[in-house]
Amino acid sequence: MVFKNQIKQSLIIAFWFMVLTFPIMVIKVNTIKHTIDFRWINLLGVGIVTFFASMVWNYFLRRNEEQKKKDIADDIPLIHRLLQNDRFRRPFLGLIAAFFIAYPFVFPMYHTSIMISALVYVMLGLGLNIVVGLAGLLDLGYVAFYAVGAYAYALLNLHFGLSFWMVLPMSALLGTLFGVLLGYPVLRLRGDYLAIVTLGFGEIIRIVLENWDTFSNGPRGIGDIPPPTFFGHHFGQHDTMIYIYFIVIALVLMTIFFVNRLENSKIGRAWIALRDDEVACQAMGIDKFKTKLTAFALGATWAAMGGVVFAAKTSYINPMSFTIWESITILCVVVIGGMGSAIGVIAGALVLILLPEYLRAVAEYRMLVFGALQVIVMVFKPDGLIKSVRKVYTFNVQEKEIHEQTHT
Amino acid sequence: MNKPILNVKNLTMKFGGLKALDDVTIAIEKGQIAALIGPNGAGKTTFFNCITGIYEPTRGSVEITPPGKNTQNLRGLKPNYVTERGIARTFQNIRLFHGMTVLENVMIGRHCRLSSGIIKAMLQPPSQKNEEQKAVADSYAILEKIGLEQYVNDMAVNLPYGAQRRLEIARALATDPFLLLLDEPAAGMNPQETKELDDLILWLRDNENLSILLIEHDMKLVMSLSDWIHVVDYGKKIAEGSPEDIKSNADVIKAYLGEESDNA
Repeated sequence: MVFKNQIKQSLIIAFWFMVLTFPIMVIKVNTIKHTIDFRWINLLGVGIVTFFASMVWNYFLRRNEEQKKKDIADDIPLIHRLLQNDRFRRPFLGLIAAFFIAYPFVFPMYHTSIMISALVYVMLGLGLNIVVGLAGLLDLGYVAFYAVGAYAYALLNLHFGLSFWMVLPMSALLGTLFGVLLGYPVLRLRGDYLAIVTLGFGEIIRIVLENWDTFSNGPRGIGDIPPPTFFGHHFGQHDTMIYIYFIVIALVLMTIFFVNRLENSKIGRAWIALRDDEVACQAMGIDKFKTKLTAFALGATWAAMGGVVFAAKTSYINPMSFTIWESITILCVVVIGGMGSAIGVIAGALVLILLPEYLRAVAEYRMLVFGALQVIVMVFKPDGLIKSVRKVYTFNVQEKEIHEQTHT
Repeated sequence: MNKPILNVKNLTMKFGGLKALDDVTIAIEKGQIAALIGPNGAGKTTFFNCITGIYEPTRGSVEITPPGKNTQNLRGLKPNYVTERGIARTFQNIRLFHGMTVLENVMIGRHCRLSSGIIKAMLQPPSQKNEEQKAVADSYAILEKIGLEQYVNDMAVNLPYGAQRRLEIARALATDPFLLLLDEPAAGMNPQETKELDDLILWLRDNENLSILLIEHDMKLVMSLSDWIHVVDYGKKIAEGSPEDIKSNADVIKAYLGEESDNA
């Protein structure tokens, strides 16, 4: 009976799509011969494809709901179960490490370059994850801090000849500073209002860079940004790429390490509590404003460092690299990957940045694919690709000692 | 004579043209269990919100004298500073952190008594680790006192209703208060749970050196528990006194039951 209904519904959907797409898919006006071709075969194709697509969609939707009913609590993603299991953890991590170490030597430079971009996005995603995923502040102007880092390196190098390694820590501080400066006025707002104002701030930074010619060289951008050196040693083009690759790997590891520690500290708890209930959080003695500001500023820190790497890798930057679309891409990485989940964000960045690079043929449809992917993820996996599994503080009564255990 | 630990004078709170509180003066003595009662919409919760800094009162002063400390004015302080100074509260509609375990909820209460900052969180020196371990142990000790230790690792949202109310009290206790404000702690509880709550509040007063101000509609609980009762109606304080006085007070009866019409 259910199946019969499904077929009926899918037939109606297919029919509706045939009607909708009729003008585009079927009618073709030949302007030379002044004739109209009716491509009826296309109509049939649309009907069949929509019918089966609808069946598949419904099937997954039903299965999803049945699974939800089964068990909510014990639904820990596979990768977390692997990491928790002592027998599998070491080989699993070893395998991943081996892959990433061998990667630049096995694959040609082009692939290394793409992987660097993806890893920069991992950093950006992990940074934004603090702001959006943990503290629950929707920041649509995150790319501004990325721009701050990139321009900090480009300008400090241009005017003062500072090297990559000198600018990297400086940019982290600068990012934090900008996070505080931008966060201070806007964090009084919440929800949608915060999103709109941060979006505005992101655009302000880009427009300033584009129009303040004497400062940032305007839309022409800044070129000849030197790649990082190894204790004064310059590498050739190919080796530089590999060198940057390992720098990014180190930075990503550092990001994971510190973000993880922050998340499992007093501050991380305060962020999550703030996301759950602002009023109760304040009544428990947590300074709402300060806590939000730390989330905002720490998020900005990683973005600025990512910006320095980006500038060093591309050796040329202009304001067009820091548009609102970048902010949205980073947000997609966090949301699709899994809000609040570090492993999810890594997976999200690799999928969202690597896929479009390898699917250059359909690069035009990137935003369309992102949109479709968002919808599919939100319907079938509302917690993201790999959902957040937080370290939960638990108390082991028998041993009367603190015991940390993972739990959804 | 000792100063009252909470001294609220001429508190007025206006929302536009509405006077939610009008010239309310209330003092709480050390070690007292005081109750604030009144019909629905009398301004009881507004009074709590004014003291704890969620609202800034239009007029009036809120002074505290914590045991062994000097008198301070709380008016205009943000809620987190009020909590830091030693006033903790619970909410009428339970506001737990649902995505956290029972233990973590209490640990959030410890937050303002922990000192480690961002740098320490990132580097995790021994002092930070010890502090975290102590926070876990302290929080567990509080749960034991309140009798929630069997739920320690459960999600807050999965607790039975009565236990959620008690968890709110546990979380408030974790902030080391000298004055506890309870907003309708017995609302929705069955008689057995109310009885347990009654015992808990008395126990807290006697063993934790706390003073308690509670808003409550359960008159049996209020009368048996309170040392002193304040009554508000339409934002004005209409009476205060011992439970016996309040029971026979004509104004209070009028406020609750209405007035008989003479010219009928």
